[in-house]
Amino acid sequence: MDCPEIISRIRKEFPQFSPLFSALVYPDELRLRVEPKDFKDTCIALHKILPSPIEALFAVDERKAAQKFAINCVFVSFKERQWIILSMDIPEENPAFESLARSIYSASLFEREIKEMFGIEPKGNPDLRRLNLHDEVWPQGNYPLRKDFKKAQGDVQGEYKFDRVDGVGVFEVPVGPVHAGIIGPGHFRFSVAGEPIINLEARLGFTHRGVEKLFEGKLYPQALRLAECVSGDSSFAHSLSFTQAAEKIAMIPVPKQAAYIRAVFLELERMYNHANDIGGMSLDVGFSFPAALAAIIKEAILQLNEKLSASRYLKGVNCAGGVLTEIDEAKKELICRSLKNIQQDFSELVKILNSSVSFMDRVDTTGVLRRKTAEDLGIVGLAARASGIPTDLRKYFPGVYQEAKFKMAVEQSGDCLARLKVRIAEFEESARLIGEFLDKIKPGEINRVELELREGSALGYTEGWRGPVLYWLKTNSGGLIERCKIVDPSFHNWQGLAYAVLGNIIPDFPLCNKSFDLSYSGNDL
Amino acid sequence: MLNIFKNRILKGIVTRHIEPELSKDVEAIGSQLQSLIQKRFGRSLNIREVDTGSCGACESEIISANNPIYDLQRFGINFVASPRHADALLITGPLSKNMLLALKKTYAAMPSPKFVITLGDCASDGGIFKDSYYTQESVKEILPVALHIPGCPPSPLTIIKALIAFLR
Repeated sequence: MDCPEIISRIRKEFPQFSPLFSALVYPDELRLRVEPKDFKDTCIALHKILPSPIEALFAVDERKAAQKFAINCVFVSFKERQWIILSMDIPEENPAFESLARSIYSASLFEREIKEMFGIEPKGNPDLRRLNLHDEVWPQGNYPLRKDFKKAQGDVQGEYKFDRVDGVGVFEVPVGPVHAGIIGPGHFRFSVAGEPIINLEARLGFTHRGVEKLFEGKLYPQALRLAECVSGDSSFAHSLSFTQAAEKIAMIPVPKQAAYIRAVFLELERMYNHANDIGGMSLDVGFSFPAALAAIIKEAILQLNEKLSASRYLKGVNCAGGVLTEIDEAKKELICRSLKNIQQDFSELVKILNSSVSFMDRVDTTGVLRRKTAEDLGIVGLAARASGIPTDLRKYFPGVYQEAKFKMAVEQSGDCLARLKVRIAEFEESARLIGEFLDKIKPGEINRVELELREGSALGYTEGWRGPVLYWLKTNSGGLIERCKIVDPSFHNWQGLAYAVLGNIIPDFPLCNKSFDLSYSGNDL
Repeated sequence: MLNIFKNRILKGIVTRHIEPELSKDVEAIGSQLQSLIQKRFGRSLNIREVDTGSCGACESEIISANNPIYDLQRFGINFVASPRHADALLITGPLSKNMLLALKKTYAAMPSPKFVITLGDCASDGGIFKDSYYTQESVKEILPVALHIPGCPPSPLTIIKALIAFLR
């Protein structure tokens, strides 16, 4: 047993803890397996001692090989720089497990997902409405992520029941799924009393395409193309998490040069998206001049991306084993030159925003997400940092970011202004980091493509611009993917938006929404 | 406020900001587009965009086509907030089962004459998401599609060029 420390820490909280299996399978991945009866208490203990929200909770159908389902729960420990994956087996007959949702809120949505996709019952979860398989179009009793699922059968019945707020003078305002702007589809149900919002329920899933099922049975190269199309504005972060998982399974070390190049592209992705959101926030309060400037910055970065990688959205850069795009001296100079102009424009943009009293008045104290709420909901990434939670994979996990002395941006107030400030600080930090990485890039090996196909499972993780993007991958001995679980930060953070808007007026909703800027497609999968 | 004025004067016309070559291109093909729209639609072509399951990259490129570099609006193309104001429906992404009803309702809400454009590789036949249990076969089977703009995602220039070729 090579992980006694964490086990003794769990025992302090949960004395009967006795794992069936425990091993450090990769330097950054600890696996524990427990009896189903101990699963819940172990989760609660880990949640408390690390402390970590549930980063992922998902099922795997292993009925064909082992007559069981497996449930995995992923926690992160920044102190040990480790991911802890706790699993249990449940029998295939009448599959069920004891719900965690009442003890750990961040389990709630994942349990609903397990129920709708696998038909495994989380006993005691107070809310089992379906998320992505809408009742109006998908018949009951069809579980698409089960291996023996072929085609949906039966008649469609029932409809989604929204939470209702009743009372004198309470109105419901339904919005969507088709919105006024050029944006993804989602339905928002506001309950208002007078002007302030007293409840917001977001019904998502409109862009559900069955992505996780599509991964199954594919080899890495085809699956990588799919990973790039999960969330279009984070295609690099998604492809990076996917390839990391694949590389861990194949046990190939990525060349150092590739790690620097990947970091450069990851930061470029962050920069264009942050510029876009800063512009979006000013546009949503009707301040169009800085929005135009921000759009120019975004376009400049997209064009830089295209010159570097032949893709404006950095598709086709990653491959399992490294990168396919080189950064030579000419490209380095191009990046430096472009970044100089971009940074200059950006500092003007920030100056304009800061000097506008009416803009500041709109963002200050609007859409507050308190730290306690954020912790309870399991909010991750940028939104968590704006609410005072110091969480960033780049900061805690070893790698090129630690070499470059990455500085994490954290704000305390949790309002739109805090999220704006974190974005501004991260944009500037990204530009600095790119400079650092470019200095380190030298001609050399950038990929190892001779990928050995083997059986295994691993977690890939990247701090994308919204937050951590996780890919848990399981392959068979032929290297075909058996299960791919994707967690986009949006999946956690949509709930944060629903709490942040409370007490605000509906006209401020676009601003609050943009300050989070969550992905529909990354959430709906 | 002073800052804004200073910026305004110093910056000048930002459509030439990044690449002088590109701006020339945009303007040349843009004026073609404008005269075509004048001819066919009187003054402007109004488009309503609907995402039926896209990853968001196509939306991002449509927004980019409206940024100050390309500024599609100056050539007479408006992206409108309501289907009631639209001449054309622009569809992105594979068709998720969940969006089928919303898509039909949006189309029905548009006044005639109207036409449908699909944008991006997934929009024509599901693309990479074709074999999914949750995507409908094709938009073509549900609505009459007049134009398809390929690409993953198509760049703003590609979008503009495809519109010109179609209107001609």
